[in-house]
Amino acid sequence: MLRVENLSKSFGGVAAMSDVTLDFPAGSLTAVIGPNGAGKTTFFNLISGAIRPDSGKVLLEGRDVAGLPATQVVGLGIGRAFQVAKLFTSLTVEQSLIGALQAQRHQSGHLWRRFPLPDYRGSAQEVMELLGLHTQAGVQSGNLSHGDQKLLDIALALVLKPKVLLLDEPTAGMGPEERWKMIDTVHRLWTLGGLTLIFIEHDMDIVFKIAQSIRVLCYGKVLAQGSPDEIRDHPAVIEAYLGVPAESVDAHGADGSSVPSGGAR
Amino acid sequence: MSGAAGQRASVPGGLARDAAWAGAALVLLLVLPLVFPSKVLLDYIIRVAAFGIFATSLNMLVGFGGMVSFGHGMFFGGGAYAFGLLMQKAGVSIPVAFVGGMVYCALLALVVGAICIRLKETFFSFLTLAFQMLLHSIIISWVGLTGGDQGLMGGIPRPPFLGINLANQLHLYSFACVLLVASLLLMRHILQTPFGYTLRMVRDNPDRARFLGIDIARIRLTAFVMAGCFGGVGGILMSLFVSGAYPEFAYWSTSGEAVFMIMMGGIHLFLGPIVGAAVFMALNDVITKFTEYHGLALGITVLVFALVFRRGLTDFVAQLRGAARAKP
Repeated sequence: MLRVENLSKSFGGVAAMSDVTLDFPAGSLTAVIGPNGAGKTTFFNLISGAIRPDSGKVLLEGRDVAGLPATQVVGLGIGRAFQVAKLFTSLTVEQSLIGALQAQRHQSGHLWRRFPLPDYRGSAQEVMELLGLHTQAGVQSGNLSHGDQKLLDIALALVLKPKVLLLDEPTAGMGPEERWKMIDTVHRLWTLGGLTLIFIEHDMDIVFKIAQSIRVLCYGKVLAQGSPDEIRDHPAVIEAYLGVPAESVDAHGADGSSVPSGGAR
Repeated sequence: MSGAAGQRASVPGGLARDAAWAGAALVLLLVLPLVFPSKVLLDYIIRVAAFGIFATSLNMLVGFGGMVSFGHGMFFGGGAYAFGLLMQKAGVSIPVAFVGGMVYCALLALVVGAICIRLKETFFSFLTLAFQMLLHSIIISWVGLTGGDQGLMGGIPRPPFLGINLANQLHLYSFACVLLVASLLLMRHILQTPFGYTLRMVRDNPDRARFLGIDIARIRLTAFVMAGCFGGVGGILMSLFVSGAYPEFAYWSTSGEAVFMIMMGGIHLFLGPIVGAAVFMALNDVITKFTEYHGLALGITVLVFALVFRRGLTDFVAQLRGAARAKP
Protein backbone atom coordinates (compact mmCIF):
# COMPACT_ATOMS: atom_id res chain seq x y z
CA MET A 1 0.00 0.00 0.00
CA LEU A 2 2.62 2.50 1.14
CA ARG A 3 6.28 2.17 0.35
CA VAL A 4 9.09 4.64 0.78
CA GLU A 5 12.29 4.21 -1.17
CA ASN A 6 15.65 5.78 -0.36
CA LEU A 7 13.97 8.70 1.35
CA SER A 8 16.40 11.40 2.46
CA LYS A 9 16.03 14.83 3.99
CA SER A 10 18.49 17.10 5.71
CA PHE A 11 18.00 20.38 7.49
CA GLY A 12 20.94 22.72 7.12
CA GLY A 13 23.44 19.91 6.70
CA VAL A 14 21.98 17.72 9.45
CA ALA A 15 20.59 14.52 8.00
CA ALA A 16 17.15 14.05 9.54
CA MET A 17 16.37 11.12 7.28
CA SER A 18 18.91 9.26 5.24
CA ASP A 19 18.20 6.62 2.67
CA VAL A 20 15.17 5.13 4.39
CA THR A 21 13.38 2.31 2.59
CA LEU A 22 10.32 0.87 4.26
CA ASP A 23 7.25 -1.06 3.24
CA PHE A 24 3.79 -0.90 4.80
CA PRO A 25 1.54 -3.62 3.37
CA ALA A 26 -2.16 -2.95 2.83
CA GLY A 27 -4.21 -3.43 5.98
CA SER A 28 -1.20 -3.54 8.29
CA LEU A 29 -0.93 -1.98 11.74
CA THR A 30 2.60 -0.76 12.17
CA ALA A 31 4.35 1.07 14.97
CA VAL A 32 7.21 3.44 14.21
CA ILE A 33 9.44 3.75 17.23
CA GLY A 34 12.81 5.23 18.01
CA PRO A 35 14.51 7.46 20.56
CA ASN A 36 13.91 11.23 20.63
CA GLY A 37 15.21 12.87 17.50
CA ALA A 38 15.14 9.62 15.57
CA GLY A 39 13.21 11.29 12.78
CA LYS A 40 9.80 9.76 13.38
CA THR A 41 7.79 12.95 12.97
CA THR A 42 10.02 14.00 10.06
CA PHE A 43 9.13 10.67 8.49
CA PHE A 44 5.41 11.49 8.81
CA ASN A 45 6.02 15.02 7.53
CA LEU A 46 7.71 13.61 4.44
CA ILE A 47 4.95 11.10 3.72
CA SER A 48 2.09 13.55 4.27
CA GLY A 49 3.55 16.30 2.13
CA ALA A 50 4.28 18.72 4.98
CA ILE A 51 7.90 18.90 3.81
CA ARG A 52 9.57 17.89 0.57
CA PRO A 53 12.15 15.12 0.61
CA ASP A 54 15.60 15.90 -0.84
CA SER A 55 15.51 12.61 -2.67
CA GLY A 56 13.66 9.33 -2.69
CA LYS A 57 10.16 8.16 -3.40
CA VAL A 58 6.93 7.89 -1.45
CA LEU A 59 4.83 5.33 -3.28
CA LEU A 60 1.13 5.16 -2.49
CA GLU A 61 -0.26 2.14 -4.31
CA GLY A 62 2.66 2.46 -6.69
CA ARG A 63 2.18 6.16 -7.37
CA ASP A 64 4.97 8.50 -6.33
CA VAL A 65 3.55 11.27 -4.15
CA ALA A 66 6.89 12.60 -2.89
CA GLY A 67 7.12 16.37 -3.16
CA LEU A 68 3.40 16.90 -3.68
CA PRO A 69 1.92 19.53 -1.35
CA ALA A 70 -0.08 18.36 1.66
CA THR A 71 -3.29 19.67 0.09
CA GLN A 72 -2.93 17.13 -2.71
CA VAL A 73 -1.52 14.24 -0.72
CA VAL A 74 -4.60 14.17 1.50
CA GLY A 75 -6.81 13.89 -1.55
CA LEU A 76 -4.88 10.81 -2.66
CA GLY A 77 -5.68 9.03 0.56
CA ILE A 78 -3.06 9.74 3.22
CA GLY A 79 -4.69 11.08 6.37
CA ARG A 80 -2.83 12.35 9.37
CA ALA A 81 -3.34 13.14 13.04
CA PHE A 82 -0.86 15.17 15.05
CA GLN A 83 1.12 14.86 18.23
CA VAL A 84 -0.48 18.05 19.49
CA ALA A 85 -4.06 18.10 18.25
CA LYS A 86 -4.55 20.68 15.50
CA LEU A 87 -8.17 21.72 15.78
CA PHE A 88 -10.54 24.45 14.69
CA THR A 89 -11.10 25.67 18.22
CA SER A 90 -14.09 27.92 17.56
CA LEU A 91 -16.02 25.26 15.63
CA THR A 92 -18.00 22.48 17.26
CA VAL A 93 -17.02 18.85 16.82
CA GLU A 94 -19.69 18.30 14.19
CA GLN A 95 -18.92 21.54 12.36
CA SER A 96 -15.23 20.64 12.21
CA LEU A 97 -15.95 17.26 10.65
CA ILE A 98 -18.40 18.71 8.16
CA GLY A 99 -15.81 21.35 7.32
CA ALA A 100 -13.33 18.59 6.58
CA LEU A 101 -15.82 16.70 4.43
CA GLN A 102 -16.81 19.73 2.37
CA ALA A 103 -13.11 20.40 1.75
CA GLN A 104 -12.67 16.90 0.40
CA ARG A 105 -15.66 17.29 -1.93
CA HIS A 106 -14.34 20.65 -3.18
CA GLN A 107 -17.17 22.58 -1.55
CA SER A 108 -14.97 24.85 0.59
CA GLY A 109 -15.78 27.84 -1.57
CA HIS A 110 -19.50 27.16 -1.79
CA LEU A 111 -21.39 30.46 -1.49
CA TRP A 112 -24.98 29.64 -2.18
CA ARG A 113 -26.43 27.31 0.43
CA ARG A 114 -25.73 27.69 4.11
CA PHE A 115 -23.37 25.72 6.30
CA PRO A 116 -23.67 22.88 7.12
CA LEU A 117 -24.63 21.24 3.86
CA PRO A 118 -26.97 18.40 4.85
CA ASP A 119 -25.20 15.88 2.61
CA TYR A 120 -22.33 15.51 5.07
CA ARG A 121 -24.16 14.99 8.34
CA GLY A 122 -24.36 11.22 7.91
CA SER A 123 -20.62 10.73 7.40
CA ALA A 124 -19.82 13.07 10.27
CA GLN A 125 -22.23 11.26 12.57
CA GLU A 126 -20.75 7.89 11.60
CA VAL A 127 -17.22 8.94 12.51
CA MET A 128 -18.35 10.61 15.74
CA GLU A 129 -20.07 7.39 16.82
CA LEU A 130 -17.09 5.31 15.81
CA LEU A 131 -14.82 7.36 18.06
CA GLY A 132 -17.36 7.97 20.81
CA LEU A 133 -17.56 11.70 20.12
CA HIS A 134 -21.28 11.79 19.25
CA THR A 135 -22.23 13.00 22.74
CA GLN A 136 -19.92 16.00 22.19
CA ALA A 137 -21.19 16.88 18.71
CA GLY A 138 -22.25 20.42 19.69
CA VAL A 139 -19.29 21.25 21.92
CA GLN A 140 -16.68 23.73 20.71
CA SER A 141 -13.45 21.93 19.91
CA GLY A 142 -11.48 24.27 22.13
CA ASN A 143 -13.61 23.26 25.14
CA LEU A 144 -13.12 19.49 24.78
CA SER A 145 -11.06 17.47 27.24
CA HIS A 146 -7.54 16.64 26.17
CA GLY A 147 -8.48 13.06 25.32
CA ASP A 148 -11.46 14.13 23.23
CA GLN A 149 -9.31 16.70 21.43
CA LYS A 150 -6.94 13.92 20.40
CA LEU A 151 -9.91 11.84 19.28
CA LEU A 152 -11.27 14.73 17.22
CA ASP A 153 -7.85 15.18 15.69
CA ILE A 154 -7.99 11.57 14.54
CA ALA A 155 -11.62 11.98 13.48
CA LEU A 156 -10.66 14.90 11.22
CA ALA A 157 -8.32 12.59 9.32
CA LEU A 158 -10.57 9.54 9.49
CA VAL A 159 -13.69 11.27 8.21
CA LEU A 160 -12.01 11.65 4.81
CA LYS A 161 -11.80 7.83 4.58
CA PRO A 162 -8.06 7.66 3.98
CA LYS A 163 -6.29 4.57 2.71
CA VAL A 164 -3.32 5.22 4.96
CA LEU A 165 -3.78 6.79 8.39
CA LEU A 166 -0.77 8.28 10.17
CA LEU A 167 -1.12 8.79 13.92
CA ASP A 168 1.64 10.77 15.59
CA GLU A 169 1.64 9.68 19.23
CA PRO A 170 -2.09 9.21 19.68
CA THR A 171 -1.63 8.84 23.45
CA ALA A 172 0.66 11.83 24.00
CA GLY A 173 -0.08 13.69 27.21
CA MET A 174 -2.73 11.25 28.44
CA GLY A 175 -3.18 9.61 31.80
CA PRO A 176 -3.01 5.78 32.00
CA GLU A 177 -6.74 5.20 31.77
CA GLU A 178 -7.32 7.62 28.88
CA ARG A 179 -4.30 6.14 27.19
CA TRP A 180 -5.60 2.59 27.09
CA LYS A 181 -9.00 3.79 25.99
CA MET A 182 -7.33 5.57 23.08
CA ILE A 183 -5.30 2.52 22.17
CA ASP A 184 -8.44 0.41 22.33
CA THR A 185 -10.03 2.85 19.88
CA VAL A 186 -7.06 2.84 17.54
CA HIS A 187 -7.00 -0.94 17.53
CA ARG A 188 -10.74 -1.09 16.90
CA LEU A 189 -10.37 1.27 13.92
CA TRP A 190 -7.81 -1.07 12.46
CA THR A 191 -9.85 -4.24 13.02
CA LEU A 192 -12.73 -2.66 11.08
CA GLY A 193 -10.50 -3.21 8.07
CA GLY A 194 -9.63 -1.24 4.99
CA LEU A 195 -7.13 0.94 6.77
CA THR A 196 -3.36 0.82 6.63
CA LEU A 197 -2.47 2.28 10.00
CA ILE A 198 0.93 3.60 11.01
CA PHE A 199 1.49 5.09 14.42
CA ILE A 200 4.34 6.66 16.35
CA GLU A 201 4.43 5.69 20.00
CA HIS A 202 6.77 6.07 22.94
CA ASP A 203 5.11 3.65 25.33
CA MET A 204 6.59 0.21 24.70
CA ASP A 205 3.74 -1.56 26.50
CA ILE A 206 1.35 -0.13 23.93
CA VAL A 207 3.61 -0.85 21.00
CA PHE A 208 4.08 -4.49 21.90
CA LYS A 209 0.40 -4.93 22.72
CA ILE A 210 -1.16 -3.84 19.46
CA ALA A 211 1.43 -3.46 16.72
CA GLN A 212 1.50 -6.19 14.13
CA SER A 213 4.88 -5.11 13.07
CA ILE A 214 7.43 -2.52 14.12
CA ARG A 215 9.88 -0.20 12.37
CA VAL A 216 12.67 1.23 14.45
CA LEU A 217 14.25 4.52 13.41
CA CYS A 218 17.44 5.90 14.88
CA TYR A 219 19.20 9.08 13.75
CA GLY A 220 17.20 9.10 10.54
CA LYS A 221 18.07 5.54 9.59
CA VAL A 222 16.20 2.25 9.78
CA LEU A 223 17.69 0.41 12.71
CA ALA A 224 15.47 -2.64 12.58
CA GLN A 225 12.11 -3.88 11.40
CA GLY A 226 10.03 -6.94 12.04
CA SER A 227 7.40 -8.46 14.28
CA PRO A 228 7.17 -7.39 17.93
CA ASP A 229 8.92 -10.60 18.96
CA GLU A 230 11.79 -10.00 16.58
CA ILE A 231 12.17 -6.40 17.68
CA ARG A 232 12.06 -7.28 21.35
CA ASP A 233 14.98 -9.64 20.92
CA HIS A 234 16.90 -7.50 18.47
CA PRO A 235 20.26 -6.72 20.08
CA ALA A 236 20.77 -3.41 18.26
CA VAL A 237 17.34 -2.18 19.31
CA ILE A 238 17.86 -3.18 22.90
CA GLU A 239 21.17 -1.42 22.97
CA ALA A 240 20.32 1.74 21.05
CA TYR A 241 16.76 2.32 21.98
CA LEU A 242 15.41 0.36 24.89
CA GLY A 243 18.63 0.68 26.81
CA VAL A 244 17.66 -2.17 29.15
CA PRO A 245 18.53 -5.88 29.24
CA ALA A 246 16.32 -8.09 27.11
CA GLU A 247 14.92 -10.09 30.03
CA SER A 248 13.10 -7.18 31.64
CA VAL A 249 11.12 -6.37 28.51
CA ASP A 250 10.36 -10.01 27.91
CA ALA A 251 7.93 -10.13 30.80
CA HIS A 252 5.14 -8.56 28.72
CA GLY A 253 3.02 -10.87 26.66
CA ALA A 254 2.44 -9.60 23.14
CA ASP A 255 0.48 -11.65 20.68
CA GLY A 256 -0.61 -8.52 18.84
CA SER A 257 -4.26 -9.47 18.68
CA SER A 258 -5.90 -8.66 21.98
CA VAL A 259 -6.14 -5.27 23.59
CA PRO A 260 -6.36 -4.95 27.34
CA SER A 261 -9.31 -3.02 28.67
CA GLY A 262 -8.85 0.17 30.71
CA GLY A 263 -5.75 0.21 32.83
CA ALA A 264 -4.86 -3.47 32.69
CA ARG A 265 -1.13 -3.49 32.11
CA MET B 1 -25.71 23.38 25.94
CA SER B 2 -24.41 20.93 23.39
CA GLY B 3 -27.97 20.16 22.38
CA ALA B 4 -28.76 23.81 21.82
CA ALA B 5 -25.71 24.33 19.65
CA GLY B 6 -26.48 21.19 17.69
CA GLN B 7 -30.02 22.37 17.11
CA ARG B 8 -28.88 25.77 16.04
CA ALA B 9 -26.65 24.20 13.44
CA SER B 10 -29.55 22.17 12.09
CA VAL B 11 -32.09 24.98 11.70
CA PRO B 12 -32.88 25.19 7.99
CA GLY B 13 -33.69 28.40 6.19
CA GLY B 14 -31.15 30.55 8.04
CA LEU B 15 -31.22 32.93 5.10
CA ALA B 16 -34.99 33.33 5.32
CA ARG B 17 -34.72 34.16 9.00
CA ASP B 18 -31.93 36.67 8.45
CA ALA B 19 -33.87 38.22 5.59
CA ALA B 20 -36.89 38.59 7.85
CA TRP B 21 -34.77 40.40 10.46
CA ALA B 22 -33.22 42.56 7.76
CA GLY B 23 -36.66 43.43 6.37
CA ALA B 24 -37.91 44.40 9.81
CA ALA B 25 -34.84 46.56 10.43
CA LEU B 26 -35.26 48.25 7.07
CA VAL B 27 -38.92 49.08 7.76
CA LEU B 28 -37.94 50.57 11.11
CA LEU B 29 -35.21 52.67 9.52
CA LEU B 30 -37.52 53.90 6.77
CA VAL B 31 -40.27 54.82 9.23
CA LEU B 32 -37.83 56.70 11.46
CA PRO B 33 -37.88 60.03 9.52
CA LEU B 34 -41.67 60.11 9.88
CA VAL B 35 -41.35 59.89 13.66
CA PHE B 36 -38.17 61.96 14.14
CA PRO B 37 -37.89 64.35 11.18
CA SER B 38 -34.43 65.53 12.25
CA LYS B 39 -31.89 66.32 9.56
CA VAL B 40 -29.04 65.82 12.01
CA LEU B 41 -30.29 62.34 12.87
CA LEU B 42 -30.66 61.33 9.23
CA ASP B 43 -27.18 62.62 8.40
CA TYR B 44 -25.84 60.68 11.36
CA ILE B 45 -27.47 57.45 10.17
CA ILE B 46 -26.19 57.92 6.62
CA ARG B 47 -22.64 58.23 7.94
CA VAL B 48 -23.13 55.26 10.27
CA ALA B 49 -24.35 53.27 7.26
CA ALA B 50 -21.27 54.15 5.20
CA PHE B 51 -18.82 53.42 7.99
CA GLY B 52 -20.86 50.46 9.27
CA ILE B 53 -20.62 48.71 5.90
CA PHE B 54 -16.95 49.60 5.79
CA ALA B 55 -16.18 48.34 9.32
CA THR B 56 -18.21 45.15 8.85
CA SER B 57 -16.31 44.41 5.66
CA LEU B 58 -13.03 44.88 7.54
CA ASN B 59 -14.29 42.51 10.23
CA MET B 60 -14.80 39.82 7.59
CA LEU B 61 -11.03 39.85 7.41
CA VAL B 62 -10.10 40.61 11.02
CA GLY B 63 -12.75 38.72 12.99
CA PHE B 64 -13.61 35.87 10.66
CA GLY B 65 -10.45 35.50 8.63
CA GLY B 66 -7.81 36.37 11.22
CA MET B 67 -6.27 38.79 8.72
CA VAL B 68 -5.60 42.12 10.43
CA SER B 69 -5.50 44.57 7.54
CA PHE B 70 -4.25 48.08 8.35
CA GLY B 71 -4.93 49.24 4.83
CA HIS B 72 -8.63 48.73 4.39
CA GLY B 73 -9.07 52.46 3.80
CA MET B 74 -7.64 51.95 0.32
CA PHE B 75 -10.99 50.46 -0.67
CA PHE B 76 -12.99 53.21 1.03
CA GLY B 77 -10.98 55.81 -0.87
CA GLY B 78 -10.58 53.70 -3.98
CA GLY B 79 -14.32 53.10 -4.26
CA ALA B 80 -15.14 56.77 -3.68
CA TYR B 81 -12.66 58.03 -6.28
CA ALA B 82 -13.53 55.40 -8.88
CA PHE B 83 -17.21 56.19 -8.45
CA GLY B 84 -16.67 59.94 -8.46
CA LEU B 85 -14.43 59.91 -11.52
CA LEU B 86 -16.86 57.71 -13.43
CA MET B 87 -19.65 60.15 -12.61
CA GLN B 88 -17.56 63.20 -13.52
CA LYS B 89 -15.63 62.06 -16.56
CA ALA B 90 -17.73 59.29 -18.07
CA GLY B 91 -21.08 60.83 -17.30
CA VAL B 92 -22.69 57.45 -16.60
CA SER B 93 -25.71 56.95 -14.35
CA ILE B 94 -25.28 56.36 -10.63
CA PRO B 95 -25.97 52.59 -10.69
CA VAL B 96 -23.40 52.07 -13.46
CA ALA B 97 -20.76 54.13 -11.66
CA PHE B 98 -21.64 52.30 -8.45
CA VAL B 99 -20.96 48.91 -9.99
CA GLY B 100 -17.88 50.37 -11.66
CA GLY B 101 -16.55 51.49 -8.27
CA MET B 102 -17.11 48.02 -6.84
CA VAL B 103 -15.40 46.35 -9.78
CA TYR B 104 -12.45 48.71 -9.38
CA CYS B 105 -12.17 47.75 -5.69
CA ALA B 106 -12.40 44.06 -6.53
CA LEU B 107 -9.54 44.37 -9.01
CA LEU B 108 -7.49 46.46 -6.59
CA ALA B 109 -8.10 43.85 -3.86
CA LEU B 110 -7.18 41.05 -6.24
CA VAL B 111 -3.80 42.59 -7.02
CA VAL B 112 -2.98 43.79 -3.49
CA GLY B 113 -4.37 40.60 -1.94
CA ALA B 114 -2.39 38.32 -4.25
CA ILE B 115 0.77 39.95 -2.95
CA CYS B 116 -0.20 40.28 0.73
CA ILE B 117 -2.18 37.19 1.76
CA ARG B 118 0.77 34.80 1.79
CA LEU B 119 2.54 36.86 4.46
CA LYS B 120 2.42 36.18 8.16
CA GLU B 121 0.38 38.39 10.51
CA THR B 122 2.49 41.48 11.10
CA PHE B 123 3.92 41.54 7.61
CA PHE B 124 0.46 41.23 6.15
CA SER B 125 -0.75 44.15 8.26
CA PHE B 126 2.10 46.41 7.29
CA LEU B 127 2.13 45.56 3.64
CA THR B 128 -1.58 46.36 3.36
CA LEU B 129 -0.79 49.65 5.09
CA ALA B 130 1.98 50.30 2.59
CA PHE B 131 -0.34 49.74 -0.37
CA GLN B 132 -2.88 52.08 1.13
CA MET B 133 -0.25 54.81 1.54
CA LEU B 134 0.78 54.23 -2.05
CA LEU B 135 -2.79 54.80 -3.23
CA HIS B 136 -3.02 57.87 -1.01
CA SER B 137 0.19 59.29 -2.52
CA ILE B 138 -1.12 58.71 -6.03
CA ILE B 139 -4.34 60.55 -5.18
CA ILE B 140 -2.39 63.45 -3.67
CA SER B 141 0.11 63.77 -6.52
CA TRP B 142 -2.02 63.07 -9.61
CA VAL B 143 -3.63 66.51 -9.34
CA GLY B 144 -4.84 66.57 -12.94
CA LEU B 145 -7.10 63.59 -12.41
CA THR B 146 -7.95 63.64 -8.72
CA GLY B 147 -7.68 67.29 -7.75
CA GLY B 148 -4.89 66.42 -5.32
CA ASP B 149 -5.34 67.39 -1.68
CA GLN B 150 -8.42 69.50 -2.54
CA GLY B 151 -10.42 66.39 -3.40
CA LEU B 152 -12.34 65.76 -6.61
CA MET B 153 -12.74 69.16 -8.25
CA GLY B 154 -16.30 70.36 -8.61
CA GLY B 155 -17.80 67.57 -6.56
CA ILE B 156 -19.70 64.57 -7.81
CA PRO B 157 -22.90 65.10 -9.80
CA ARG B 158 -25.92 63.20 -8.51
CA PRO B 159 -28.35 62.95 -11.41
CA PRO B 160 -31.68 61.28 -10.59
CA PHE B 161 -32.15 57.67 -11.68
CA LEU B 162 -35.30 55.54 -11.58
CA GLY B 163 -37.10 58.37 -9.83
CA ILE B 164 -34.48 58.49 -7.08
CA ASN B 165 -32.81 61.83 -6.49
CA LEU B 166 -29.83 61.38 -4.20
CA ALA B 167 -29.38 65.13 -3.89
CA ASN B 168 -32.54 64.99 -1.77
CA GLN B 169 -31.68 64.11 1.81
CA LEU B 170 -34.66 61.81 2.36
CA HIS B 171 -33.93 59.92 -0.84
CA LEU B 172 -30.27 59.58 0.06
CA TYR B 173 -31.22 58.43 3.55
CA SER B 174 -33.53 55.73 2.19
CA PHE B 175 -30.90 54.70 -0.34
CA ALA B 176 -28.28 54.45 2.43
CA CYS B 177 -30.60 52.33 4.59
CA VAL B 178 -31.35 49.92 1.75
CA LEU B 179 -27.65 49.71 0.96
CA LEU B 180 -26.75 49.11 4.60
CA VAL B 181 -29.31 46.39 5.14
CA ALA B 182 -28.60 44.68 1.81
CA SER B 183 -24.82 44.76 2.36
CA LEU B 184 -25.09 43.41 5.89
CA LEU B 185 -27.46 40.68 4.77
CA LEU B 186 -25.14 39.66 1.97
CA MET B 187 -22.03 39.67 4.15
CA ARG B 188 -23.87 37.75 6.84
CA HIS B 189 -24.92 35.20 4.25
CA ILE B 190 -21.38 34.83 2.91
CA LEU B 191 -20.09 34.19 6.42
CA GLN B 192 -22.74 31.51 7.04
CA THR B 193 -22.00 29.51 3.89
CA PRO B 194 -19.51 26.65 3.61
CA PHE B 195 -17.06 29.31 2.42
CA GLY B 196 -17.62 31.35 5.58
CA TYR B 197 -16.90 28.34 7.76
CA THR B 198 -13.83 27.47 5.71
CA LEU B 199 -12.64 31.01 6.40
CA ARG B 200 -13.08 30.37 10.15
CA MET B 201 -11.16 27.10 9.78
CA VAL B 202 -8.30 28.88 8.05
CA ARG B 203 -8.32 31.46 10.84
CA ASP B 204 -8.37 28.87 13.64
CA ASN B 205 -5.74 26.52 12.27
CA PRO B 206 -4.32 27.12 8.80
CA ASP B 207 -1.96 24.19 9.22
CA ARG B 208 -4.74 21.70 9.78
CA ALA B 209 -6.82 23.28 7.02
CA ARG B 210 -3.96 22.55 4.64
CA PHE B 211 -3.95 18.90 5.73
CA LEU B 212 -7.62 18.70 4.85
CA GLY B 213 -6.85 19.83 1.33
CA ILE B 214 -8.01 23.44 1.71
CA ASP B 215 -6.25 25.94 -0.53
CA ILE B 216 -5.57 28.57 2.12
CA ALA B 217 -4.29 31.25 -0.22
CA ARG B 218 -7.38 30.98 -2.38
CA ILE B 219 -9.79 31.21 0.57
CA ARG B 220 -7.95 34.22 1.97
CA LEU B 221 -7.77 35.96 -1.38
CA THR B 222 -11.48 35.40 -2.01
CA ALA B 223 -12.28 36.91 1.39
CA PHE B 224 -9.93 39.82 0.71
CA VAL B 225 -11.59 40.61 -2.61
CA MET B 226 -15.09 40.39 -1.10
CA ALA B 227 -14.10 42.61 1.81
CA GLY B 228 -12.52 45.07 -0.63
CA CYS B 229 -15.73 45.20 -2.65
CA PHE B 230 -17.89 45.95 0.38
CA GLY B 231 -15.30 48.40 1.68
CA GLY B 232 -15.75 50.17 -1.62
CA VAL B 233 -19.52 50.29 -1.13
CA GLY B 234 -18.94 52.14 2.14
CA GLY B 235 -16.67 54.63 0.39
CA ILE B 236 -19.12 55.17 -2.47
CA LEU B 237 -21.94 55.87 -0.03
CA MET B 238 -19.74 58.37 1.80
CA SER B 239 -18.83 60.11 -1.46
CA LEU B 240 -22.54 60.37 -2.30
CA PHE B 241 -23.16 61.90 1.11
CA VAL B 242 -20.47 64.56 0.87
CA SER B 243 -20.83 64.81 -2.92
CA GLY B 244 -17.09 64.51 -3.31
CA ALA B 245 -14.06 62.38 -2.64
CA TYR B 246 -11.09 63.39 -0.53
CA PRO B 247 -7.61 61.95 -0.04
CA GLU B 248 -8.41 61.40 3.67
CA PHE B 249 -10.77 58.61 2.56
CA ALA B 250 -7.71 56.62 1.57
CA TYR B 251 -5.52 57.79 4.44
CA TRP B 252 -4.40 55.45 7.19
CA SER B 253 -6.61 57.24 9.70
CA THR B 254 -9.69 55.92 7.85
CA SER B 255 -8.43 52.38 8.29
CA GLY B 256 -7.63 53.21 11.89
CA GLU B 257 -11.16 54.45 12.54
CA ALA B 258 -12.58 51.21 11.15
CA VAL B 259 -10.27 49.23 13.43
CA PHE B 260 -11.47 51.39 16.38
CA MET B 261 -15.06 50.67 15.43
CA ILE B 262 -14.65 46.92 15.33
CA MET B 263 -12.61 46.93 18.53
CA MET B 264 -15.32 48.98 20.25
CA GLY B 265 -18.20 46.98 18.86
CA GLY B 266 -16.64 43.55 19.11
CA ILE B 267 -15.20 41.23 16.51
CA HIS B 268 -16.91 37.99 17.44
CA LEU B 269 -20.49 38.89 16.67
CA PHE B 270 -21.46 39.78 13.15
CA LEU B 271 -23.25 42.99 14.20
CA GLY B 272 -20.41 44.11 16.48
CA PRO B 273 -18.79 46.48 13.97
CA ILE B 274 -22.08 48.25 13.13
CA VAL B 275 -22.65 48.88 16.84
CA GLY B 276 -19.07 50.09 17.02
CA ALA B 277 -19.63 52.42 14.07
CA ALA B 278 -22.75 53.90 15.68
CA VAL B 279 -20.98 54.44 19.00
CA PHE B 280 -17.85 55.83 17.38
CA MET B 281 -19.80 58.30 15.23
CA ALA B 282 -21.93 59.43 18.15
CA LEU B 283 -18.86 59.93 20.35
CA ASN B 284 -17.10 61.76 17.56
CA ASP B 285 -20.03 64.14 17.04
CA VAL B 286 -20.57 64.83 20.73
CA ILE B 287 -16.92 65.26 21.58
CA THR B 288 -16.25 67.52 18.60
CA LYS B 289 -19.03 69.78 19.81
CA PHE B 290 -17.40 70.34 23.19
CA THR B 291 -13.68 70.31 22.59
CA GLU B 292 -11.17 70.72 19.84
CA TYR B 293 -9.15 67.96 21.47
CA HIS B 294 -11.55 65.31 20.20
CA GLY B 295 -8.65 63.08 19.15
CA LEU B 296 -7.48 62.92 22.74
CA ALA B 297 -10.95 62.15 24.07
CA LEU B 298 -11.50 59.44 21.47
CA GLY B 299 -8.12 57.94 22.26
CA ILE B 300 -8.99 57.72 25.93
CA THR B 301 -12.32 56.08 25.10
CA VAL B 302 -10.60 53.47 22.97
CA LEU B 303 -8.06 52.87 25.76
CA VAL B 304 -10.92 52.26 28.18
CA PHE B 305 -12.35 49.65 25.84
CA ALA B 306 -9.00 48.00 25.34
CA LEU B 307 -7.87 48.03 28.97
CA VAL B 308 -11.09 47.80 31.00
CA PHE B 309 -13.42 45.71 28.85
CA ARG B 310 -10.62 43.97 26.98
CA ARG B 311 -13.15 43.29 24.25
CA GLY B 312 -15.82 45.01 22.23
CA LEU B 313 -19.26 46.03 23.49
CA THR B 314 -21.21 43.20 21.88
CA ASP B 315 -18.67 40.62 23.02
CA PHE B 316 -18.98 42.02 26.53
CA VAL B 317 -22.77 41.87 26.50
CA ALA B 318 -22.72 38.37 25.00
CA GLN B 319 -20.38 37.25 27.75
CA LEU B 320 -22.58 38.77 30.48
CA ARG B 321 -25.57 36.97 29.01
CA GLY B 322 -23.62 33.75 28.84
CA ALA B 323 -22.59 34.11 32.49
CA ALA B 324 -26.16 34.87 33.55
CA ARG B 325 -27.42 31.82 31.69
CA ALA B 326 -24.78 29.58 33.25
CA LYS B 327 -25.65 30.58 36.84
CA PRO B 328 -29.01 28.86 37.52
